[in-house]
Amino acid sequence: MPIDIDNSSKFAEYADPRALVSTEWLAKNLGVGSLVVLESDEDVLLYQTGHIPTARKIDWHTDLNDKETRDYIDGQGFADVMSRLGIKREDTIVLYGDKSNWWAAYALWVFKLFGHEDVRLLDGGRDKWISEGRELTKDVPSVASTSYPVIERDDSKLRAFRDDVFTHFGKPMIDVRSPEEYAGERLTAPGYADEGATRAGHIPTAASVPWSKACNEDQSFKDRAGLEDVYLKGASLEGHSDVIAYCRIGERSSHTWFVLKYLLGIEKVRNYDGSWSEWGSLVKAPITLGTEPGPVPVLA
Amino acid sequence: MATLETAEALIKDFEILRDSERLDLLLEFSEALPELPKRYADHPELLERVEECQSPIFLFVEIDEEGLTRLFFSAPPESPTTRGFASLLFSVIDGLPVKEALEFDQDFPFKLSLSTAVSLLRLRGMLGILSRIKRQLREKSEL
Repeated sequence: MPIDIDNSSKFAEYADPRALVSTEWLAKNLGVGSLVVLESDEDVLLYQTGHIPTARKIDWHTDLNDKETRDYIDGQGFADVMSRLGIKREDTIVLYGDKSNWWAAYALWVFKLFGHEDVRLLDGGRDKWISEGRELTKDVPSVASTSYPVIERDDSKLRAFRDDVFTHFGKPMIDVRSPEEYAGERLTAPGYADEGATRAGHIPTAASVPWSKACNEDQSFKDRAGLEDVYLKGASLEGHSDVIAYCRIGERSSHTWFVLKYLLGIEKVRNYDGSWSEWGSLVKAPITLGTEPGPVPVLA
Repeated sequence: MATLETAEALIKDFEILRDSERLDLLLEFSEALPELPKRYADHPELLERVEECQSPIFLFVEIDEEGLTRLFFSAPPESPTTRGFASLLFSVIDGLPVKEALEFDQDFPFKLSLSTAVSLLRLRGMLGILSRIKRQLREKSEL
């Protein structure tokens, strides 16, 4: 049984009002039978230091990534993780996390690759919950394992690979990294580890819209009008129905992917998770330096 | 005082654990990271930021009058993994003679059996801390 949506007026304006829940809504619904709360953080220990009551932990790297190949787990792997976490296919999942929900959005995107129907984000994430003085616990809930069906991952609609980027030139792309990374002045976000790209810059034609433009000060999402200003007007996405977003390894762009897909309702939005750590190392891949998107490249 | 045997013992401690217990142990280290003494807490500009870490962490290295390495860290409680990395390095390097600290095994972060529990990507942050400790030591000791 799907759980009622959060029918706050802010969410009602989004293309999909079911995609978000507020901290108030979550506080009221904690403990409802088919609701599963999942914390997905950048920091692998943060959950252990205190989390939202009943929340279970999922880790973007150790749970959702394949152990050997640079790829996500397969259908059997996903079924195993879901079963271990006591999740049923029809459960309502609310994801939240640190760092403005980057990794929660990333997990949500992977859940959608497996077609899990009802997955929502907690607006404002972990920080907002804590800043409002809401309850935290160190109690790890004991869950009975479930038998989640093996569903093959569908990469065709929500995920872009490098070859898709080459055929996408002429249609909009959004680079959500910092302005310094976009311009090619540095390879990583300020304060972040070098994840191995050999060249700096951006994919030609991509517009620069740092992920944080989607957020208010308290890390909740801007309202629909605010998001339209940033993306439809600011990045000229008005009237476009096919967009690719990328960042460095796909986490910040999952956040923007969520905004474009669910809050603004753009029909086809794909996350290029290879992102700069692939493109910036790819032999002969065209690169533009500086603050302008640059022209469509002539491909050999 | 740390000794090189401590590093070996720590590697063994982690080796025999399951992944979930390794995270628990890392969390214990995280909680045990010593507070900054007042002389640094009041002068954050003296501390060096570790750029390789995903979370903000700052460090300062001293050589005391006996020629031993002294480490100081500052990292927020909402970055427990980074605090845990710093605390592990503190436990094995703080108190070592400078020469031994400079020769400390650069592969130590990858010998702690944390690659599956924490991921290699995150472990690079510990390598960044270790490299910066040694660089500051080299600069200050002129060895």
